[in-house]
Amino acid sequence: MQISIQLNGKKITEEIRPDLLLIDWVRQHGCYSVKCGCETSNCGLCTVFLDEKPVLSCSILAARADGRKVDTLEGLKEEAEEFGAFIADQGAEQCGFCNPGMIMNAIALFREIADPTDDEIKEYLAGNLCRCSGYEGQLRGIRAFIEYRKKGGAVCDK
Amino acid sequence: MRQVGQPIRKKDAMALVTGQPVFTDDMAPKDCLIVKVLRSPHANALIKSIKTDIAKKVPGIEDIYTWEDVPQERFTMAGQTYPEPSPYDRLILDRHVRYVGDPVAIVAGERELCVDRALKMIKVEYEVLPAILDLHGAKDNAVLVHPEESWRSLCPVGADNKRNLCASETSGTGDVDQVLADCDVVLERTYRVQAAQQAMMETFRTACYIDAYGRLNVMSSTQIVFHVRRILSNALGIPKSKIRAFKPRIGGGFGAKQTVVSEVFPAFVTWKTKKPSKMVFTREESQTASTPRHEMEVTVKVGADRDGKVRALDVYTLSNTGAYGEHGPTTVGLSGHKSIPLYGSLEAHRFSYDVVYTNVMSAGAYRGYGATQGIFAVESAVNELADKLGMDPVELRMKNMVREGQFMPAYYGETATSCALDRCMKRAKEMIGWEEKYPCRDMGNGKVRSVGVAMGMQGSCISGVDVGSATIKLNEDGIYTLSIGAADMGTGCDTILAQIAAQSLECPVENVTVSGADTDTSPYDSGSYASSTTYVTGRAVERACETLKERIVQRAAEMLECSSDDLEFDGQRARNLSTGEEVSIEEIGTASMCGNNVALQVTESNSSPVSPPPFMVGMVEIELDKETGHVEILDYVAVVDCGTVVNPNLARVQVEGGIVQGIGMALYEQIQYNEKGQMLNNSLMQYKVPTRLDMGKLRVEFESSYEPTGPFGAKSIGEIVINTPAPALIHAIANATGIWFGQLPVTSEKIAMGILERCE
Repeated sequence: MQISIQLNGKKITEEIRPDLLLIDWVRQHGCYSVKCGCETSNCGLCTVFLDEKPVLSCSILAARADGRKVDTLEGLKEEAEEFGAFIADQGAEQCGFCNPGMIMNAIALFREIADPTDDEIKEYLAGNLCRCSGYEGQLRGIRAFIEYRKKGGAVCDK
Repeated sequence: MRQVGQPIRKKDAMALVTGQPVFTDDMAPKDCLIVKVLRSPHANALIKSIKTDIAKKVPGIEDIYTWEDVPQERFTMAGQTYPEPSPYDRLILDRHVRYVGDPVAIVAGERELCVDRALKMIKVEYEVLPAILDLHGAKDNAVLVHPEESWRSLCPVGADNKRNLCASETSGTGDVDQVLADCDVVLERTYRVQAAQQAMMETFRTACYIDAYGRLNVMSSTQIVFHVRRILSNALGIPKSKIRAFKPRIGGGFGAKQTVVSEVFPAFVTWKTKKPSKMVFTREESQTASTPRHEMEVTVKVGADRDGKVRALDVYTLSNTGAYGEHGPTTVGLSGHKSIPLYGSLEAHRFSYDVVYTNVMSAGAYRGYGATQGIFAVESAVNELADKLGMDPVELRMKNMVREGQFMPAYYGETATSCALDRCMKRAKEMIGWEEKYPCRDMGNGKVRSVGVAMGMQGSCISGVDVGSATIKLNEDGIYTLSIGAADMGTGCDTILAQIAAQSLECPVENVTVSGADTDTSPYDSGSYASSTTYVTGRAVERACETLKERIVQRAAEMLECSSDDLEFDGQRARNLSTGEEVSIEEIGTASMCGNNVALQVTESNSSPVSPPPFMVGMVEIELDKETGHVEILDYVAVVDCGTVVNPNLARVQVEGGIVQGIGMALYEQIQYNEKGQMLNNSLMQYKVPTRLDMGKLRVEFESSYEPTGPFGAKSIGEIVINTPAPALIHAIANATGIWFGQLPVTSEKIAMGILERCE
């Protein structure tokens, strides 16, 4: 079947198999930030934006994205760098395999909730598993970023 | 210029947070064959026949291999220094399959779809045999997991395949039976620790290709590149000179990738076909056909006087290695050797063990490596002893814990040259408010708040065995290249070793680039395990830098036409003290590339005769719901003595990550088999690792000591941090409910049922 998706701002029209998963499609198009961690919608590593909303790309057919907009971390480079630096300054990126999915959801969180509490942060990101960091370092990084944003604004606000 | 002790950002951090393609599957050749294996549905069976002819006709299939196609020399997949204590009990494919998930056939094809189709079309006829699924009764069972004559053990570890024994030993000092008979109180308890999955986010994966020299190149997500080379050489029956193993970024290891898991299959395919190939384990495969923690049952006898002096410890461990023996003979040792020495003035101790084969997935290395199981048992027994004596368990420990300078007979006769365990205990007690909170407070709403305590230790390497090496090179412009064979698996060892190099060379850490690990170009390193990288490889880095500094001075002396003795080098400039003449490091680096006979490149190796333990104390406060059995962690404090803290940020995250894994192991993570030996918890849907809603608040502090044999006083940190959550949590649960649980995980269900039974 033919689909047409706007991936990171670029329109791609092509023939695909109907059972192709969105995660496999974006990786085929060089978006290697999108990782598969579990295949059962449990880990959050494969998070992408579908029309600006975070979704698990392992649990959506590429066909469902037909005519829509898909963004991965590759398309959010500035935001990823700016926020990611705060995670890096805690040493909380560790192996880095879960970071892209977590950062996608964190960006969605920052867009949705202006000044989240710790509980809101934990709840919003509960579906993003991490086996290395123990989560505390990520929380410290997120808090530090929120403070930074309050003081001077950031790419996320623009 | 102080680099050690600074919270420096990891060198690869920005690549990782922006999702760059730096992992194995991102970098695998794009046209490679997809490799998958057909897995056994039976726990113990002989293959009577395999028909692959129809499956081979699926368009796109390159080839299908069965037990008849692979070499018949046995090997071990354990990533250990040769001669490995783990038995040689594996074949790439065996006619005898020994657990549900054991590989039966290898399928290689152009695309995943055709491989999946072919897998379904292979017809296998099995002769199903009776299986041993329980570790009790496995020893001397009539059913043998490894009846084959070609089984062999390279080291004297008490192994005997005709008894289902992978290892067996007894050690000790003094007459433990006599001392126990003389004690006022003797407590005997048995504890069971389940197999637990490392569950690193990146599953096992390997990509292979043949290079211009006809050599097999293996890119794998592994902690042990040099062992991978040897194991593949053994498995494929080809010379080591024909193999290169290297690793890109690794998506977590925790010991799982200290065993060869995915490597042999694509390596075999590429060697046969000369075409690039890759294998990526699914999460289900990672859960069911990998190398989790050894299930262990630990029986502890502890004897003490009425005033709380602990006089004797007697520990027996029964360990389940599963279908194969990877790390079986070595993990079990830590269950005694790293729990008993926590108590400093025992009059006698005994430690004995049996490691048995069964027909479940084989176990392997997992952070803590047996110490976790042993410390859970010993620390839980001591908490119960305190209860029995009516003593505060913190006081009991202050009275008995090992102190700096003390000889540790149960720890290979080493002396605690650096030990701040007493300070860790005092600080943890302050942080959590032990005096006010111990043992519990009923909140009056069906909930109880209680506290628990445990201490732990680990090693900093495998003494006398592990080798770390470093090559440091001065380039033009005064920058350095550091090559290491240790594998950074996310812990930040590349950065930590660069900090050690920068400290030694008195330069900014940005001036040190790091590369590794690659068997062709890195100096030999036994690999990243046994918590040894900072301690062993770090010392090699320090030594290499010292020698390089001498060479730099030598070259500078030639440039300034004076004697080396007249020169002083401060990292930036070499200065002739008598004339004041000087050359900069940039000039020396540039001069080394023209008309030079002094190699400004140095390799040093390091092995340590001792393995100084890091120590820690963990204390937890929970709120337990008596109706539902739910345990909410309110506060976990950890105070760690890892010697000098090289990078406080990275050390803190190690502690936090390890504690959360420990919490998972204590409360949620479960591997369960049905009566056919099929695993029930084969996905992250059923195998629950903690989320950020499950771990409460963690607080970490360091009580540093100075370890004279470590680089700048450092010891290890990677593993010890997983050891205290289980005993501390089980203690807190006992303080809340009066029930001493001896079997992990202690789920809400078990607690609720336990409270109900108690009421009846």
